[in-house]
Amino acid sequence: MAWTFLTTRGLDGLAARWAPRLLAVSALLLVAGLYGGLVLAPTDEEQGEAYRIIYVHVPAAWLSLYGYVAMAAFGAVALIWRIRVAEVLMAAAAPVGAAFTALALATGAIWGKPMWGTWWVWDARLTSELILLFLYIGVMALRAAAEDPRAGARAAAILALAGVVNVPIVHFSVEWWNTLHQGPTVTRLAAPAIHPAMLAPLLVMAAAFMVYHAGAVLLRARCLLAREPAAALAEEAA
Amino acid sequence: MSAGAAGAFGALVRRDLLLAWRRRGDRLVPLAFFVMVTALFPLGVSPERAVLATLAPGVVWVGAVLATLLGMDTLFRSDLEDGTLEQMLLSPLPAPVLVLAKVLAHWLVTGLPLVLAGPVLAGALHLPAQAQPVLVAGLLLGTPALSLVGAVGASLTVGLRRGGMLLPVLLLPLYVPVLTFGAGAVAAAAAGLPAAGHLYALGAILALAATLAPWAAAAGLRISVA
Repeated sequence: MAWTFLTTRGLDGLAARWAPRLLAVSALLLVAGLYGGLVLAPTDEEQGEAYRIIYVHVPAAWLSLYGYVAMAAFGAVALIWRIRVAEVLMAAAAPVGAAFTALALATGAIWGKPMWGTWWVWDARLTSELILLFLYIGVMALRAAAEDPRAGARAAAILALAGVVNVPIVHFSVEWWNTLHQGPTVTRLAAPAIHPAMLAPLLVMAAAFMVYHAGAVLLRARCLLAREPAAALAEEAA
Repeated sequence: MSAGAAGAFGALVRRDLLLAWRRRGDRLVPLAFFVMVTALFPLGVSPERAVLATLAPGVVWVGAVLATLLGMDTLFRSDLEDGTLEQMLLSPLPAPVLVLAKVLAHWLVTGLPLVLAGPVLAGALHLPAQAQPVLVAGLLLGTPALSLVGAVGASLTVGLRRGGMLLPVLLLPLYVPVLTFGAGAVAAAAAGLPAAGHLYALGAILALAATLAPWAAAAGLRISVA
């Protein structure tokens, strides 16, 4: 039956089947995207070769937000319908999203050194990304601190949802406060301000990261399920 | 709000204020912390008038945020320890209303002193006089929002042994908008610019927090008590 993935056993089976496939597809896309971005895409007129870090930086920044929304959505499902599987998926999504956030911050700093002449500026976008990382850390720390993993996951879900309300407010508050980062060039509604030859590898990389996210979350969910006491699984199966 | 809930709201506020009055010493710790943290800046940075005047909006607001944070852990802890919290959640009264009452009493005891001390400390840091009304207005709008958001964090950590350690990690990212708008308002007023926009934003945050935080905190308490 299609809904069996809503049981822990079903999720375990689903993850066992799909995590390796998704990770393999993501590896293929990653190779294609990196080849397109680092070799095929033309050199930028103003930024030279250094701009090529966007092929990691921009998809990582997108995935940092996507990962947070995904985590909070699993959290909402866990709180509303009290589905155990959603708790596990939320817990699994937190470190993956946090890793993308850290990657976006690190690649941004590496790009900022030659372009802005500094590793870090207290700019609106950088600061909100940093605060997003803090939110991820809070969710992970709260979940880890609880003795009962299920209560910990539900508490972390409430915090994740509070963060969802907060992220746009943080974004606008720091935007007023200070802005140096360039405006969006891809996601604005008019035609993208980026050449198609540069855009294509970017989208392939974004797809690679997204598929990786799904695969990594499923794999982590499997690990979390394996760590739970066998008695809990047996109780659910009974 | 039904008559029963309104009565319970009033009774709970009175009870918490009375309890705070019986143990007045404890409740003044955040205020003392606020004063001491502010006093560290002239010692650590520079006693020069011009430097302090530039720092004053940020220092006073950061101090207020940290002092609020320090007081947050006490919001539900004693009620959890003596079982009152469980009875509140078991009662037929709506839990968000009870949370709101507790937050109001808590703010009156720990937040309001910060609002009153803010201008004195800002004056000691040589904040220009024309920015003082904006500072007070900002603190009046901002500190209740900090208490409301803090209640969500406190509700999630009250059942944990290391809860007090965890609370700053959970709450400081959520406190960022209040800090930027609050300090931004004072800095704008000190520079002779209009600060109304920042204050409106603080008011909006307070309205949002008052609407959503009691529900989130009530849900958090149910998880922590269970």
